[in-house]
Amino acid sequence: MSRRNRTRAIRTAQYGMLLAVVLALALAADWGELRRAFFDVEVAKKQFPDVVTTALVNTVIYTVLGFAFGLVLGLLLALMRLSQVPPYRWLAVAYIEFFRGVPALLVFIALGFGVPLAFQVSINQYVTVMLALGLVGAAYMAETIRAGIQAVPRGQTEAARSLGMSPLWAMVSIVIPQAFRIVLPPLANELILLTKDSSLVYLLGLSMDQYELAKFGRDALNQHRSLTPILIAGLFYLAITLPLGHLVRRLEARTAKAR
Amino acid sequence: MGESETTGAAVADAAAIEVRGLRKSFGELEVLRGIDVTVRRGEVVCVIGPSGSGKSTLLRCVNLLEEPTSGTVRVAGTEVTDPEVDIDRVRRRIGMVFQSFNLFPHLTALGNLTIAQRRVLGRGRAEAEEVARHNLRRVGLTDKESGYPAQLSGGQQQRVAIARALSMGPELMLFDEPTSALDPELVGDVLAVMRGLADEGMTMLVVTHEMSFAREVADRVVFMDDGLIVEEGPPEQVVGAPRQARTRAFLSRVLDPAAAGGPESGTARPEPPAEPPGRAPEEVRKRPLR
Repeated sequence: MSRRNRTRAIRTAQYGMLLAVVLALALAADWGELRRAFFDVEVAKKQFPDVVTTALVNTVIYTVLGFAFGLVLGLLLALMRLSQVPPYRWLAVAYIEFFRGVPALLVFIALGFGVPLAFQVSINQYVTVMLALGLVGAAYMAETIRAGIQAVPRGQTEAARSLGMSPLWAMVSIVIPQAFRIVLPPLANELILLTKDSSLVYLLGLSMDQYELAKFGRDALNQHRSLTPILIAGLFYLAITLPLGHLVRRLEARTAKAR
Repeated sequence: MGESETTGAAVADAAAIEVRGLRKSFGELEVLRGIDVTVRRGEVVCVIGPSGSGKSTLLRCVNLLEEPTSGTVRVAGTEVTDPEVDIDRVRRRIGMVFQSFNLFPHLTALGNLTIAQRRVLGRGRAEAEEVARHNLRRVGLTDKESGYPAQLSGGQQQRVAIARALSMGPELMLFDEPTSALDPELVGDVLAVMRGLADEGMTMLVVTHEMSFAREVADRVVFMDDGLIVEEGPPEQVVGAPRQARTRAFLSRVLDPAAAGGPESGTARPEPPAEPPGRAPEEVRKRPLR
């Protein structure tokens, strides 16, 4: 067999295999059942507008709150990790290792039940959500930001210091702004992960008006005995994460050009 | 630089830089093995020598980017090696120019020139920008103030870096191989700016491989090798007629790489127009800027 013919044969086999698998799945599936479960128009209509005005909005609010808190805490941890004072480094490392190694699910449960027990106070639900998401996100962001700070060339600090800037000013006005440019793409990735992790806040116990997309979808699933709300919730997650993913790629392209 | 004249009056007698018994080790490696050097106010001193000879480390010890292992460094009467001294205050008075420019890439040229003025000297935006524009004009880059470093050529970046140092109104300037990272055709612009500064009477300590610059602009040339000062004197002596064999060997390698290693290469140096001996540096400096 000539080389060209062999290439053609392999290509044909690959397409054929793909087609066979897709056809087999399509023929095996019960399309009627699928349509009734996932594409029930009546059930779908009932989800609006609450799925947007409550669930989507809450998902965004929780994510933004958690991300903002996590970013601040993550920056603090990154600076502690790089500190000259050993106990700060130990604390930061211990924190990062713990929250990176423990499932977010457990953190949420511990926070949701532990904090009210410990302090005998009921904190605002949004604050609890912010803490829970932020505490977990901070562990990941701290390592990202630390890597970013270390990626800023030493000469930048030297130039800042030789202009008479204090170590703090050099860090704040020269190193950190550049570090954030470097870590924007991974931070945006972290934002996508947090968007999905926000589905865990149901563990904290939410009232109806605090439902976010996943909890809202599951609630509607039980109520209507239909999987349609799950599909809708999934689509709305994609409506958040796909533009973010696009943003990440654009940021990556931009930083690649600027360097 | 009117302001440095007035602040300098109090220490008019003091040397701008006074280095005594300076030693610096990195771990086992002793890079500086006892350096004594003095730079008087208004003087231009060039430090030459092979790579690894400790030139840059010496320069970096002057503004304490490297902490000396022992010895003292005085800058305009202040002992920078004294642990009680607020080094940030001293560094304001010392301009530093790096081989790799080290411009802040996230700021425009103007931003590079204003940030330390505002953060360190507490100048307002308007004043800082006025000083910055004045200094961009001095280095011939008036039209580049809104450009980011990545949009500038290497030569332009280095001139912005010089303007950035000047914007702090320094009493003296340190140059750490300022043209070594530049394409050959861009070297001239940077040297011209440095020459202009020398003409204005700026005190300068310059680590350089540009022998013609050292010969024409320096009041004094210091040749270093292996962590020690081997030879020191007016350029027509150190570069023009070196007494030490090591200096001759280095110069022959630098000035005529093709002849390097030849037994008489030290003496048979090709003769780019040498300065007539005894000519005063002030006269040398009257040459028109390139």
